[in-house]
Amino acid sequence: MARSTKRAPPWGAVREAVLDGLRGTGRGTLEGVTTLGRAILFLLLVLPQLPGLLRRPRLLLEQIYRVGFLSLLIIVVSGFFIGMVLALQGYNTLVNFGAEESLGVLVALSLTRELGPVVTALLFAGRAGSALTAEIGLMKTTEQLAAMEMMAVDPLQRVIGPRLLAGLFCMPLLAAIFSVVGVYGGYFVGVGLLGVDTNVFWSQMQAAVNFSEDVWSGIIKSIVFGFVVSWIAVFQGYDSAPTSAGIGAATTRTVVISSLAVLGLDYVLTALMFN
Amino acid sequence: MNDRPPSTPENAPRLPLIRIRGLTFRRGRTLVLNNLNLDIRRQGITALIGPSGCGKTTLLRIITGQLRPHRGSVQVDGVEVSRLPRKQLLELRKRMGMLFQNGALFSDLSVFDNVAFPLREHTGLSKDLIHILVLLKLQAVGLRGAHDLNPEQLSGGMARRAAMARAMAMDPMLMMYDEPFTGQDPISMGMLLSLVQRLNHLLGMTSIVVSHDIQEVLSIADDVCILSDGRIIEQGTPELLRRSKTPLVRQFLDAAPDGPVPFHYTASSLERDLAWES
Repeated sequence: MARSTKRAPPWGAVREAVLDGLRGTGRGTLEGVTTLGRAILFLLLVLPQLPGLLRRPRLLLEQIYRVGFLSLLIIVVSGFFIGMVLALQGYNTLVNFGAEESLGVLVALSLTRELGPVVTALLFAGRAGSALTAEIGLMKTTEQLAAMEMMAVDPLQRVIGPRLLAGLFCMPLLAAIFSVVGVYGGYFVGVGLLGVDTNVFWSQMQAAVNFSEDVWSGIIKSIVFGFVVSWIAVFQGYDSAPTSAGIGAATTRTVVISSLAVLGLDYVLTALMFN
Repeated sequence: MNDRPPSTPENAPRLPLIRIRGLTFRRGRTLVLNNLNLDIRRQGITALIGPSGCGKTTLLRIITGQLRPHRGSVQVDGVEVSRLPRKQLLELRKRMGMLFQNGALFSDLSVFDNVAFPLREHTGLSKDLIHILVLLKLQAVGLRGAHDLNPEQLSGGMARRAAMARAMAMDPMLMMYDEPFTGQDPISMGMLLSLVQRLNHLLGMTSIVVSHDIQEVLSIADDVCILSDGRIIEQGTPELLRRSKTPLVRQFLDAAPDGPVPFHYTASSLERDLAWES
């Protein structure tokens, strides 16, 4: 009779794999908490530098141009298309209930409350946030930040402060432009292509959209998103490993962390403001 | 607290500009500098040489206060750098200049604006005066004609000369050069060597040059320090060092591939590694 070839399970290997998993989780958590701590300390060092920037508005204006103005094209084009898609989708649903006159309301509320601030923040993270991280990371790698420190110029004030403030300042404006262009995109499709009455489109919107509730909530959201995305972008650049791979990883982290932070914060802010 | 007051014209020549005692610095678990003692005399050129990774650049960064030592004292012109608050440290740095290995010019500014940067940041000088000063600094390094170029349009040697002009813009008392000759062709290296020497003597600065180009740096240095394993193993004039019998110094000066610094990284026996499969 043949002997059984069944072997005992490799418990040692299983145990090692489980332990490896636990070690990895622990290490990851510790690294995450440490990085968050460093990011908070970094912010606490940068914030006192911001008032001094008012004495040097040129530094701030330069960054507003680079961070804000150069992001305008992508914001305007995206806003217009999102408004068009909203109107198209909204019309197809509303027409089933004979409520296509409410199309303007749907487009305006969706944009001002949610899509304007959120999509702008995501686009801002991808376009301006990644550029900020790469620029600061490269300055670190090529020792430009160290050289600045050696010339008794604080890079936190000269480099980081203007970029953080510019992001904070530009995001609400970009979100507002996104929403306005989106409304016109919705108007173009709804009124121009699908035949909704133009007066109804605007009057319903005017009656239903509350400035203090809907528009302000969007502005507050975009200010918070602007601050968080800019903070993440400048911190990741400043904290990046001074190698080309380090800059690449930091740029990716900026986009990923910013996007997740924006979506998570959007839920929190919506829950706080509308419930 | 400072152990000694800053120098006055009466005592200045006698005191070393930099006085380091018992300096210890760790990076993680690695001991980079180990109870190091060093004096750098005023208005001279001190060459700091040693094997790669022995802590030369770290020492420069501790002198400038970019890194804080774990133990020991570092005094620059009588001021204890290691315990200096940030604001006073920045003040002290206005009197120091540093040339980084790759120049570290600001890539978004022209050569002129790079050199003007410290003057615009720290002095209330008029535009016209800054213009004159910048052109004079650029003239000193032979780049007046390149003032409107951007850093990416410069060769490696030109970039270092432009960075030298920027580092000198505030007329520092102390200039530090971190591997200024690395990767330079003989002509550029000759220019840089002559500039380091000429500017040091003309402006009465104190210079520290970290370099691996031994013969070149010995030709301009007044003092030489050889750093190894986080300590100064030999210090003296270039002539004294050339006559040294210390094996490590000899290996370093003769560029011998094997010696106290072994050619092979520490490993188990070759036979054992080759037979690992069996």
